[in-house]
Amino acid sequence: MKFSDFVATDAILADVDADTKQAVIREMAEALVEAGKIAPAELEGIVKAIMKREDLGSTGIGRGVAVPHTKHPSVDRLVGTVAVSRKGIDFESLDGEPVHLFFLLVSPPDRPGDHLRALENISRQLRDEGFCRRLKASGTPADIAHLLAEADGHGVVT
Amino acid sequence: MSQETISREVVVGIEQGLHARPADLVAREARKWRSRIEFVADRQRADGKSILELLTLAAEAGTRLVVEATGPDAREAVDAIGRLFDRNFTEQT
Repeated sequence: MKFSDFVATDAILADVDADTKQAVIREMAEALVEAGKIAPAELEGIVKAIMKREDLGSTGIGRGVAVPHTKHPSVDRLVGTVAVSRKGIDFESLDGEPVHLFFLLVSPPDRPGDHLRALENISRQLRDEGFCRRLKASGTPADIAHLLAEADGHGVVT
Repeated sequence: MSQETISREVVVGIEQGLHARPADLVAREARKWRSRIEFVADRQRADGKSILELLTLAAEAGTRLVVEATGPDAREAVDAIGRLFDRNFTEQT
């Protein structure tokens, strides 16, 4: 699976203002509403479900990356977005590092395979420290989209 | 101290595969031990102490993985991690 299969380019956020876990999750979910990927009426339920999942254990997977997510019946395909925080947010990650890169995923309840392959793509790409560093340094959503497309292998190589 | 390598096979029994939550539980358990712990799949290896690396395996339900530990507490580490899979992550240690 590629980033372009699930990342809503219109919902990408560069340099988020949020400084708490809840605030960044809300900001990302709102961006998905504005991009038309999730229904406005579902926003609160989705934010609540993502926070409930975080209560089970942080989705901070290490190296400054977190993958907050939930299943939700209101989506019929996997949707997601990316946010970058320059200053970093405490996410209670296992390695204790603040999180700079967020990949929020909302998936239909009956598609666990797609969710697993999205996690695989995110983790495989972010194992590359150079890619992490360039994402963190991105100044605009367009820069982030460009980097993701490049990682997908069909972007313009600079 | 001995640096023996111990390994065993585990099977992913979780219906949704080795997603973020079980990967977190595996990494937490692995970090309790001094040994180096790796998961070996068909064509790749992953550091058992890193959630991010475990997720690169994209191990679906039914996938067979080999847990390999090298170090002074290799046997205990492999036993403890093996138990997580044997219990299908239903019981926390």
